Amino acid sequence: MQDSLTIQPPSTLDIEVIRKDFPILSREVYGHPLVYLDNAATTQKPEQVLAAMDEYYHTINANVHRGVHYLSQRATDAYEAARHTVAEFINARHTHEIIFTRGTSEAINLVSTVFGKKFLKPGDHVLVSAVEHHSNIVPWQLIGEEKGATLKVIPVDENGDLVIDELDHLLKGVKIVAVNYVSNSLGGINPVREIIAAAHRHGIPVLVDAAQAVQHLTVDVQELDADFLAFSSHKLYGPTGFGILYGKEEWLNQLPPYQGGGEMIKTVSFEKTTYNDLPYKFEAGTPDMAGAIGLAAAINYVQNLGLDNIQQAEHSLISYAIDTLTQIEDFRLIGKFDASHRAGVISFLVGNIHPFDLGEILDKQGIAVRTGHHCAQPVMDRYCIPGTVRASLAIYNNRTDIDRLAAGIKKAAKLLA
Amino acid sequence: MTIQEEQDEIIADFEFLGNNWDDKYEYIIQLGKELPLIDPQYKKEENLIKGCQSRVWLHVDFKDGKLLFTADSDAVITKGLISLLIKVLSGHTPKEIIDANITFIDTIGLNSHLSPTRSNGLLSMLKQIKLYAVAYQTKSVQS
Repeated sequence: MQDSLTIQPPSTLDIEVIRKDFPILSREVYGHPLVYLDNAATTQKPEQVLAAMDEYYHTINANVHRGVHYLSQRATDAYEAARHTVAEFINARHTHEIIFTRGTSEAINLVSTVFGKKFLKPGDHVLVSAVEHHSNIVPWQLIGEEKGATLKVIPVDENGDLVIDELDHLLKGVKIVAVNYVSNSLGGINPVREIIAAAHRHGIPVLVDAAQAVQHLTVDVQELDADFLAFSSHKLYGPTGFGILYGKEEWLNQLPPYQGGGEMIKTVSFEKTTYNDLPYKFEAGTPDMAGAIGLAAAINYVQNLGLDNIQQAEHSLISYAIDTLTQIEDFRLIGKFDASHRAGVISFLVGNIHPFDLGEILDKQGIAVRTGHHCAQPVMDRYCIPGTVRASLAIYNNRTDIDRLAAGIKKAAKLLA
Repeated sequence: MTIQEEQDEIIADFEFLGNNWDDKYEYIIQLGKELPLIDPQYKKEENLIKGCQSRVWLHVDFKDGKLLFTADSDAVITKGLISLLIKVLSGHTPKEIIDANITFIDTIGLNSHLSPTRSNGLLSMLKQIKLYAVAYQTKSVQS
């Protein structure tokens, strides 16, 4: 079973109005209007996010938490308000369950390091899926090498769906499960609810990599019952270099600090240091204040549009894209989910054309896509392909973008044949 | 032809094509299809060039004091680019290759057209060809 989209009334979003919020979309590339279809790598930023960060630096920039002066207090208020915005966005029970990080990768590294340090022992396993991004494989291997623990893998079938029938068996000897909600390379929505329920039956915590989910679906950490959840600001229309780790209070309190520095301490002496409370225990050093404020602006932007509306508009566009693209001769869709089990990503090949060649000829026509293994080499190995071309959508993409992509692919195929 | 004459010829060909990227790519792709193909036995791990998004195999033979290069890639634009390098540098002595100042890539404006990963790949290929030349030069000096 997979998550399905609830049927909503027709979208009220006017994509052409939304496009005007994103200044970069009006630029040209090689003399063509830009078609930006690399949103799974990073999304563009709306004026509202740029303005919020600009205003922060223009009016209240100061270091947070430690200052007695007016600016520091204003900056701290804005910074902590951003934490509250994030907590509400994913429906965390407590605001202090939101840890600010540099991105999804750092959030996963944080958990793998401190969870591993405390709980992993020789012979233990960490369960990941066959469609993980390298960021949710390598951090577990690093700590695994240190602790003598190894990975187990939830397999994927020919269509790109995770095979979860044998989950109870796979969970034997597993100390933590780490899976992505939406695969960055294929775009399938994974059955995280079922995986979490199964893991919890065995008392095993689950980390959800939601980097490709939060911009497309409503994510509610309490409803999912996720123990940890990570995502990045820059894939959610926010600034780069900023991200979120959510952790259940009872788990975060059990874990040792990640890095040492300012902010994460209560008292320091050369004999003994005591650590600060959540969330500061995990936030060493001066944080990225503007990043937090930019992310909060991005979340407000998304919530003003409404995630249900976004989901519906993207669903409609992705259906149109699949209908249009699959009519191209020799078009090979990699990951055969229908639009209701797909979020944002269409991964494909055309005949035997190398994805790198196809991507380059698309680029020359002003169409930005990604080519290669998308930091998911095991996925490519599974399908015995060197990589794919990945077109990934955001809320500002329209049917013109898809038509341009289709025309671009046909032109490239003719040139490269 | 000398290496410089080979470069001049490519520069002239690209000048003839003008600023139309379609034509430039069509030309590069055509060259890719005409690339002197590597003997399949040399398409092995140790002949792979690192730093390319597509896979590139480069093999060298040393005959009558000259280096002869053959190559292959799974991407056709990459094949075209390496075929340009081979056209310029293959069939020359190690010393000529070491001393060669490769300017045609900049002159024909390929760098500004190619994606950074692609131009890095092209530079990796050039570096590998030059390394082979250095290796054979050292060997011939020693023997």
